[in-house]
Amino acid sequence: MDFLTIIQIADSALRLATPLLLACLAGLFSERAGVFDIGLEGKILASAFFSAAVAAATGSVWLGLLAGVASSIAFSGVHGLASITFQGNQLISGVALNFFASGITILIGTAWFGLGGRTPSLSGGQRFSPVELPFANAVADVPILGPIYSDLLSGHTILVYVALLMVPLSWFVLYRTRFGLRLRAVGENPAAVDTAGVSVIRLRYAAMLIAGILCGLAGAYLATGLAAGFVKEMSAGRGYIALAALIFARWRPWHALYATLLFGLLEAIANRYQNIDLGTFVIPVQFMQALPYILTVIILAGFGGTAVAPKAGGQPYVKER
Amino acid sequence: MQKMPKWADVALIPLLNLLIAFVLSGLVILAIGENPIKALQTMITGALGSTYGWGYTLYYATNFIFTGLAVSIAFKAAMFNIGGEGQAMIGGLGVALVCLYIPFPHWSVALLFAMVGGAVFGAAWAFIPAYLQARRGSHVVITTIMFNFIAASALNYVLVNVLRPQGEMNPQTANFPEATHLPTLHEFLAPIGINFSKSAPVNVSLFVALAACVIVYLLMWRSRLGYEIRAFGLSSDASVYAGISPFKIIMVAMLLSGGLSGMMSINNTMGEAERLVLNSVEGAGFIGIAVALMGRNHPFGVLLAALLFGFLYQGGSELSLWTKIPRELVTVIQALVILFTGALDNMVRGPVERAFIRAAKQEAN
Repeated sequence: MDFLTIIQIADSALRLATPLLLACLAGLFSERAGVFDIGLEGKILASAFFSAAVAAATGSVWLGLLAGVASSIAFSGVHGLASITFQGNQLISGVALNFFASGITILIGTAWFGLGGRTPSLSGGQRFSPVELPFANAVADVPILGPIYSDLLSGHTILVYVALLMVPLSWFVLYRTRFGLRLRAVGENPAAVDTAGVSVIRLRYAAMLIAGILCGLAGAYLATGLAAGFVKEMSAGRGYIALAALIFARWRPWHALYATLLFGLLEAIANRYQNIDLGTFVIPVQFMQALPYILTVIILAGFGGTAVAPKAGGQPYVKER
Repeated sequence: MQKMPKWADVALIPLLNLLIAFVLSGLVILAIGENPIKALQTMITGALGSTYGWGYTLYYATNFIFTGLAVSIAFKAAMFNIGGEGQAMIGGLGVALVCLYIPFPHWSVALLFAMVGGAVFGAAWAFIPAYLQARRGSHVVITTIMFNFIAASALNYVLVNVLRPQGEMNPQTANFPEATHLPTLHEFLAPIGINFSKSAPVNVSLFVALAACVIVYLLMWRSRLGYEIRAFGLSSDASVYAGISPFKIIMVAMLLSGGLSGMMSINNTMGEAERLVLNSVEGAGFIGIAVALMGRNHPFGVLLAALLFGFLYQGGSELSLWTKIPRELVTVIQALVILFTGALDNMVRGPVERAFIRAAKQEAN
């Protein structure tokens, strides 16, 4: 494998990791606030559809992005209503929202565009175009570092850089602000936060809102950055991989970056090579596809350190009367 | 009286939830420019208007009885088994291996062995998530989700590389031998003079599913083990104090759950397709969640809910044939049913409960 191939695979890994990273951070905020979110998948799918549909209808990818994020926030709102206000089962709510997204996108898509659930292919201003980082052309000829900068890091759409910036930002918000401290506390011991006179409900809804925005970005990137338009079920389990990455990262922002890059890399390798021939035996492509899930189960099983979820995760907070 | 009567809890609330789900689905149909009343008529004629329609409705319902019972047993032990889909996939593999490699004299023997094969494979697929939950505390919801994806990859590998006959392009096994073909309802009803559609896939598995309802009822409400499972589900602390082993309950409930999911394959794989294909489960494992919630985790409720979803499924495919409404409408209804009966239950329950209490107070005065 030569250097150029490595750069190409890394480049593709970064693209594939971006929606995972955004969704993973969304799950991070939600679960750190004590609300399980297996509805990431549905939010990504809804946002992918609405961003592509509105971009196709208006010709503006930015309006598409707005619509995608809005739809994802609406899903988050319903999740909040079910799991915060009405103290329902958060897992069941997430499952319901995933099904709802997978049905409603096709229902609306078919009625709107008549293409069997697809949106028309997007082009030009309906998509996010690559951003050239400064001096990308100038340093392209520098050995090793040149291609890394100009091919691997430069030339992605704006959302890739936004996703990468979200990592330090999430870290800062969670660990260096009062809001972040309270948010983390509400996922560990909501009663204590309540005693301190801070609204548990409001904090959890804030977490829902953040999760909605981040998943919205993930979906919009999927349909208008990575691909050129929406196709049926295009989230293809990415919400669940993001969930897996979240456990892999043990609910920490920087580790979320590493985990999603790893899973992006696995996907990039599986896309590029079908079966990997190691001489004595062959790694089948299906194994590569299943690897993120297998790794997550191994982590969950407690091999290589324990994975301890936020303590109050999954439980609705009932104020004492 | 500070509670509402039992009939309101088991019948009124689920019906109200269902009504909301249907009204919202009707609004969705309106919003995409179709007529909801006409859509409902199409669904009813398509699913219940002929023995052909009934044959499909009952065929789907058979799948959903198995997966619904599976989810409800796990729910009773306070566990959420989302892995029905994967367990049914692997169960299909068990059924296929039994049917392909054991020469059977008669379908009845084949059915017995296939039931065991499907159940053992399905239960085996639930074993690791169950064990990790029981011993390591790894959340069973997350592990079963992961195992769904692993099952899909594993099945894909086995079908493409191992079981696919030479010259076959699609990832599927060879056709099962003639002796393993299950009799359809047509063959059962013809001797007694009822003319049931020949081409509908409903088969003898329906009776197995009905028997499973009865057995699950007896197990859960008339046996010591069932009592322990329910006690553990209501309060794990109290049941530990009463000498019930959490490890045993988690394992048993999950293995039963996985076994029932796996057993579903006698219907879709052995009864209908008569070979194992890649996407044989078609989401039935997930619909089991809606069925269990709707049926209040009781076998009789599961039966009714499975019939309802069988109707929706068959009606939905008829709908996509005759109107511009795609069959994904069923997914939307399914989602709304899960949302309202499972997650937003308190939204309906609160006002209804208050209304009952107010009525009771007025009567007392």
